[in-house]
Amino acid sequence: MTKTEEKTVEDKNTDIPGGVIERVTGPLVRARGMSEAKLYEVVKVSEEKLMGEIIELHGDVAAIQVYEETAGIGPGDVVYRTGRTMSAALGPGLLQSIYDGVQRPLVKIEEAAGNCFITRGIEADAVDMSKKWAFKPTVKAGDMVVEGDVIGEVEETSVITHKVMVPPGMGGKVASVESGEFTVTEDVATLETADGKKEAVQMLQYWPIRAARPKKSKIFPSEPLRTGGRSIDTFFPIAKGGAGCIPGPFGAGKTVTQQSIAKYCDAEIIVYIGCGERGNEMTEVLDEFPHLIDPNTGEPLMKRTILIANTSNMPVAAREASVYTGITIAEYYRDMGYNVALMADSTSRWAEAMREISGRLEEMPGEEGYPAYLSSRTAEFYERAGIVKTLGGDDRTGSLTVIGAVSPPGGDLSEPVSQATLRVTKTFWSLDSDLAYKKHFPSINWLISYSLYAPNFEEFWAKEVAPDYSQVRSTALSLLEKESKLMEIVRLVGMESLSNGDRLVLEVARMLREDFLFQDAFSKDDAYTPLDRQYGILKSIVTFFEAGQEVVTKPDFEYSTFAAMETLGKVATLKDELEWTKEDYQKFQDQVRSEINALA
Amino acid sequence: MSKEYTDISSIAGPLMVVDGVEGAKYEELVEVNVAGEDKPRFGKVLDIAKGRAVVQMFDDTSGMTASGTRARFKGETLKLGVSEDMLGRVFNGAGQVADGGPELVPEQRRDIAGEPINPYSREFPNDFIQTGVGSIDVMNTLVRGQKLPIFSGAGLPHARLAAQIARQASVKDGGEFAIVFATLGVSFEEAEYFRREFEEAGALERSVLFINTAADPVVERISTPRMALTTAEYLAFEKGKHVLVILTDLTNYCEALREVSAARKEVPGRRGYPGYLYTDLSTLYERAGRVKGKEGTITQIPILTMPDDDKTHPVPDLTGYITEGQFVISRELYQRGVFPPVDVQGSLSRLWAAGVGEGKTREDHKNLKDQLFASYATGKEVRELAVVLGEASLDDSDRAHLKFADAFEAEFVGQGEYENRSVEESLDIGWKLLSMLPVSSLKRVKKDEIEKWMKTSENTVEAEA
Repeated sequence: MTKTEEKTVEDKNTDIPGGVIERVTGPLVRARGMSEAKLYEVVKVSEEKLMGEIIELHGDVAAIQVYEETAGIGPGDVVYRTGRTMSAALGPGLLQSIYDGVQRPLVKIEEAAGNCFITRGIEADAVDMSKKWAFKPTVKAGDMVVEGDVIGEVEETSVITHKVMVPPGMGGKVASVESGEFTVTEDVATLETADGKKEAVQMLQYWPIRAARPKKSKIFPSEPLRTGGRSIDTFFPIAKGGAGCIPGPFGAGKTVTQQSIAKYCDAEIIVYIGCGERGNEMTEVLDEFPHLIDPNTGEPLMKRTILIANTSNMPVAAREASVYTGITIAEYYRDMGYNVALMADSTSRWAEAMREISGRLEEMPGEEGYPAYLSSRTAEFYERAGIVKTLGGDDRTGSLTVIGAVSPPGGDLSEPVSQATLRVTKTFWSLDSDLAYKKHFPSINWLISYSLYAPNFEEFWAKEVAPDYSQVRSTALSLLEKESKLMEIVRLVGMESLSNGDRLVLEVARMLREDFLFQDAFSKDDAYTPLDRQYGILKSIVTFFEAGQEVVTKPDFEYSTFAAMETLGKVATLKDELEWTKEDYQKFQDQVRSEINALA
Repeated sequence: MSKEYTDISSIAGPLMVVDGVEGAKYEELVEVNVAGEDKPRFGKVLDIAKGRAVVQMFDDTSGMTASGTRARFKGETLKLGVSEDMLGRVFNGAGQVADGGPELVPEQRRDIAGEPINPYSREFPNDFIQTGVGSIDVMNTLVRGQKLPIFSGAGLPHARLAAQIARQASVKDGGEFAIVFATLGVSFEEAEYFRREFEEAGALERSVLFINTAADPVVERISTPRMALTTAEYLAFEKGKHVLVILTDLTNYCEALREVSAARKEVPGRRGYPGYLYTDLSTLYERAGRVKGKEGTITQIPILTMPDDDKTHPVPDLTGYITEGQFVISRELYQRGVFPPVDVQGSLSRLWAAGVGEGKTREDHKNLKDQLFASYATGKEVRELAVVLGEASLDDSDRAHLKFADAFEAEFVGQGEYENRSVEESLDIGWKLLSMLPVSSLKRVKKDEIEKWMKTSENTVEAEA
């Protein structure tokens, strides 16, 4: 759809009487007399004007999924057309908002309802239409602009400058451009197209949520998203522009992990989608984010965050739409040249919403009742992640990292949603109920999880952190793997049967688990560890192995002297040493070496 | 006067199909008069197409006839008359007075389906609830506005634990809870057990009971919990009360849903349960919470039995994804005679952090809890090891942990059905037990905490003894 089409409908803001309802089953309504309507058009159902979207057309019968409770609707009620496809409103004012699945601000719903419940039939603009923003042009009359070019800037929050871009499909010579205070719907510039037509540009634009926003090209990701999580950043990193998934049974800490990435990662914009999850969890985010300080900017986290909260008990069709609404907003900020991270918690609920609608449509089911298009929709969604060259003449790059939580029934990863997700994501954080049971958090299982991006980062790590980062990392990983094998032996025949070399492996692996991987997401100091400190701690632990190996394997070595070392006792406190520099870690590692050598 | 329809084309299981219907709406209440009966039966519209309505009956369909049965569409959804006078009363699963007392004069009529609470209007639950059960108060703290189910199994004493919580639950400022209690398809004895417990504890006058037993119509169970929650919302958000809702047994509720779904020939999800089971359960569980500007709160304790103690069965599994943690009843502890047999490690309260600490419980709570968890876990590992390798292979620290785990289960978890422990008492017992362990193994508590609390706990516990 082109922008002009979109606008005329908006301008008129009229609802065209369309068809008449024939059948109602749950959130699905069928209406006759809809031959003029197009697929994915937004409609208003009955005199209550409940928002819905056409998801199928057969002759003049349209299948409509309704984004609100349908009780009290019946055959004979009217369906109004809007002429507009299901679109997200994009412009200044998105940041710090909290939306439902179809981009209605929950704050406005509360005002309109006058109580704490979501009453149906409430219409609310996604962004404040009356607020004036200070628009600073970055082009002047006479300049040539193409789609995606930045024509002006608005300070949206104290940390984010909103770039007003020429909408896709437009371009030409700048005929006029304004400077000053404007609302999002007022004209800020006029373009003269090649054929001499004049087109006005406003700060607000629309984009259909089910289509990916256009870009020039995708770039191969080579830089990690820094999250401050030791297990994530060092062992199973995700790329800026990458796609990752966190599957895990309930209670394994999916939400805590997602939230801590949202809090501390070095993306400039966070879109957090609570898709079919708990109401109180969203409240927690709402309570916390305005008070939490972003370690990267020193400002409250909320200033870079957009929340979409379609909790489990809110209408199921809106849940289906929520992930698309979220990712469209995320792409919009990516197009400005920002690094954006999107968290969807949980994509399983999104898949279930698809299943419910599909069942009502009486489609032939695939596996476990899920529609046959489950995996293609999942793949399409994750493929919208990426680091891209955006539209526009200035070769900006922006990235969109997508992290989806998956809630497999009973923690069984063989189910369709997990499988469909694993096929398209490259980082896999497997949350483990056994670890959670032992209160080891984050409960990312280091034996099963993987990151296919890690090889891409070797250069980055060597340059930005330390030349031997990759090597230390793989030593640590192999020690953990060895530990799990040795533990099987210990369980059968006890510790005594192990050689000193094996006992050293167990000791070092224990330090890795307890003093490196274990991280308290609720402790202010522990929740975020920058990469250089992660390396410092890891290297220190691995030093015990490297230096100890030769010494403990000497015949007649008394192992207990190793276990009693002073430096060994200090490892547990390494993560509390927030002020330590590279030199401090080196000094500690030297101490370790000399203490071990003294034992020999 | 609305029109009556007599063209009933089919009655199958809980569903009835009416033809020739005009102007009926989705979810509309339907009154069904069967020939020769005085009392109408009720149902609601589940699927409405031009001229044809599928009606899901709330009452039993047995004895209904295709001819001679008249259906009247009431023009509104199912509503429940509510008033403060419901406290102290007993209702059946359909919301009718069942204690022989006078009919209720409703102050309000509310739609039982309720409306979703706006996440923006919620307030985060953070007021500690003292249940008087140490394994809950210290290890898996419950807060006001939380939904925390009890995962149990056949033959386990979940009813006794729920009754104990209902009797003892109080908040720090001393306030008692109003209790809304609903049984869903349980036996008469179990329903009667609760009624008596409430009566004996003098809690009946602050309780509302909805009783649907196994003998009552299966589909009635689908509306019973909604009536209970509608009552709870009224008491909490209109009358400013702190309400504790106990629902038992949700497994029966889910089976009723499955029955309706099967009758509609819907595509099933796992184990024959409908694909929308998660969404449906969330419309019950999410009706708990605290909201801005309202005095009252709703705390929910649903009870469910896990078939074959299997936590991955769809009912506990989907419940766990919605609720904020779970209390798991341990068969092992129960068989060893520990009451309440709460599986401390398997249980979880997601909101515990909001309810503990200085000003709520006590400043040492968090660290003590972490230490108890860690030491107990070590103790249980040692216990397993001792089975394989024999006690002889243990060192002193191992042996101390083994003893600690035994004592923890016997004295901390085990406390008896009628003992109402204050959280301070429970914390002191925790410290006393920790003194069995070598100080060097206590890594989660700080030195000064050990000095301050372990001493005092010894004194107080001894003084009590």
